[in-house]
Amino acid sequence: MNLEFSADELAFRDEVRAFIGENYPRDISASALRDDMSPKDLVAWHKVLGAKGWSVPAWPKEYGGTDWTPTQRYIWSEENARINAVMPLPFGVSMVGPVIYTFGNEAQKAQHLPGIRSGEVWWCQGYSEPGAGSDLASLQTTAVRDGDHYIINGQKTWTTLAQYADWGFFLCRTDPSAAKPQEGISFILVDMNTPGIEVRPIKLIDGGYEVNETWLTDVRVPVENLVGQENKGWTYAKFLLAHERSGIAGVARSKRGVEQLREIAKLELLDDQPLISDFAFASKVSQLEIDLAALEITELRTLAGEQAGRGPGPESSILKIKGTEIQQRLTELTLEAVGHYGTPFYGGIPETGSNEYPIGPDYARHSAASYLNMRKTSIYGGSNEIQRNIITKMILGL
Amino acid sequence: MDFNFTDEQTMVRDSLTRLVREKYDSDSRRAVIASESGWRPEIWSQLAELGLFGMPFAEEDGGFGGGAIDSMIVMEEFGKGLVVEPYVPTVVCAGGFLKHAGTAAQKAEHIGGIVDGSRIFAFAYAEARARYDYANLESTAKKVGSGYVLNGHKTVVIGAPWATHLIVTVRTSGSKRDRDGISVFVVDKASDGVVTRDYPTIDGRRASEVFLENVSVPADALVGEEGNGLALIELVTDEAIAALCAEACGAMKVAQAMTVEYSRQRKQFGVPIGSFQALQHRMVDMFTEYEQSVSMTYLATLKLGEGENERKRAVSAAKVRIGQAAHHIGQEAIQIHGGMGMTDELAIGHYFKRLTIFDSEFGNVDHHMKRHIALSGG
Repeated sequence: MNLEFSADELAFRDEVRAFIGENYPRDISASALRDDMSPKDLVAWHKVLGAKGWSVPAWPKEYGGTDWTPTQRYIWSEENARINAVMPLPFGVSMVGPVIYTFGNEAQKAQHLPGIRSGEVWWCQGYSEPGAGSDLASLQTTAVRDGDHYIINGQKTWTTLAQYADWGFFLCRTDPSAAKPQEGISFILVDMNTPGIEVRPIKLIDGGYEVNETWLTDVRVPVENLVGQENKGWTYAKFLLAHERSGIAGVARSKRGVEQLREIAKLELLDDQPLISDFAFASKVSQLEIDLAALEITELRTLAGEQAGRGPGPESSILKIKGTEIQQRLTELTLEAVGHYGTPFYGGIPETGSNEYPIGPDYARHSAASYLNMRKTSIYGGSNEIQRNIITKMILGL
Repeated sequence: MDFNFTDEQTMVRDSLTRLVREKYDSDSRRAVIASESGWRPEIWSQLAELGLFGMPFAEEDGGFGGGAIDSMIVMEEFGKGLVVEPYVPTVVCAGGFLKHAGTAAQKAEHIGGIVDGSRIFAFAYAEARARYDYANLESTAKKVGSGYVLNGHKTVVIGAPWATHLIVTVRTSGSKRDRDGISVFVVDKASDGVVTRDYPTIDGRRASEVFLENVSVPADALVGEEGNGLALIELVTDEAIAALCAEACGAMKVAQAMTVEYSRQRKQFGVPIGSFQALQHRMVDMFTEYEQSVSMTYLATLKLGEGENERKRAVSAAKVRIGQAAHHIGQEAIQIHGGMGMTDELAIGHYFKRLTIFDSEFGNVDHHMKRHIALSGG
């Protein structure tokens, strides 16, 4: 047991660092919030990685994965986080991709996997509904067989960035008479340009628009878009959620966030001294860093387990709970660090090139919006209460 | 010992409750904060007609002889509706400076306008590098002829876009962070050299960066003694903190009640989510935090008239406790509302935002914890 990188791993790190240094698109703003960004910026790095063959490291090699060891994947995340890289969105790469290569047929793999790898095709998810959030299995959207089509009707919500999506994966009820709510659900791929789909943006508390309500009215989808077996969609949905959870911890990103927090706390003053030299504040930053160190090793243990053919199992719920709590705490401390400058609402105020007097330091601009926005992390991907239920049942056996 | 309001106070509270309920429903508020001016002068006039702005002033100054308890009552009701209009900057802060240190002429000049709603103040105390230290000032006033010339940059001045006048803290002598050498001025916002950049705040109010560029004011713009302003600033800001604590209590009460109500309505797994013990106990904790906060607001408010140390200790204790409660209740309210809590459409997010910003006003939890430690001989 050791935590050292081998010579090969160090060489890999240098290779990755050099590649990122040379190829990361320079015109992407590193500090921008996701919903401030143009769709082009959101997929720019994905496209570069697709061409290099590094866009889907976690996939099996036969589908375009890199066959990296857990350590190599860890190094990859770290190196990207160092520059705050805008990583490929998870909806294709981490969610529907693994479902398609695991449960899809050859035609579906051939049709969809290349576009996910390359970043050419934008995916969104159609899971949650207004009445089906934590209780996802109670979903009401129906898909009724009509010849060689399904006719889909219903309303989905929280469809992230659906305004840009080319395709979506939807959970629909195909057998309303099934004995249990988990039965009778199917996993269907839908071309978002199909007539009958209406996407309406939802304004969030940070002032941004990253999620939508998606209404489906008599949407005709070819039956060949069904993934796996009809009425077995819940199995695939759970598989997808477990995959989503293991990526949700965001350890490398949070490590970079702690560094940035320390940088801010060096610039911010308290009694004319750097804020970070204040014991009360510094101890909160260290507490966060300590929690993050524990999470990092826990995640590495989980990754090593996956390498040995286990999981991602219920222990990925720990990663989700701790990872999101840490992300939230990070933004809370950043907001605290900037003092009065968490108060202005910067939405619509130009970032640079304005002739007006500036309002506070640049690093304060996103502090409050990020804090507000990150409250979502303990709600999405299965709320942290649901994660605790999973651990209660699957690990504690209660 | 008596925790009851007088009949008159109860009457005022009841009429405010009605006004906030009728005029400050969440749709009206959302429209107002998105409008160009960001507030409603007609509400301000209505509040003036109710006699609200005269309550904390002595009768001989044109008021109705009330005090901090009246402001507490007003602000708790305002908190329930997330009222954005600038009662604290105008009545509590500017009113406080005038009440405690104003000359007869200054009182005559300003209090009548405060009471009838025509004179609106903002309190420009914060500076870019000062954090929460009222003495760490770079803004200056220099004696020139019979008056003063003010220079400096005051930051995140709440309510300044609506204000006719500013209360400005500056250094008249000494060096940065000296306790001596700080003075307080009343500045007409229309004076030459007052430049503002206005913007909305996260919690639905408006604020300005205020730049003072060789602003000439007459000698009688000085409130209190030259160079001896800090103790006065501490007194008035303590009164402001007590009022903001009351506002936070109002907001927490509504956030807590909305969350309980949502948990009754929202069904998952075939039952209301409020039937889950995991959530029930968390809502009990929210309620407890709220009750503790009300107690601390009473404590701070009732100690405002005591000696300096006792007052400061009580106010800091309240700001610490309520700062913590505001974060706790705000975060839990969003979590229990789930995705809906993240939307601008539901009112709960707006309460969360107000409760978030509360902490940084007049010193956050850490700041007041340190003041409490220092005053406790520790």
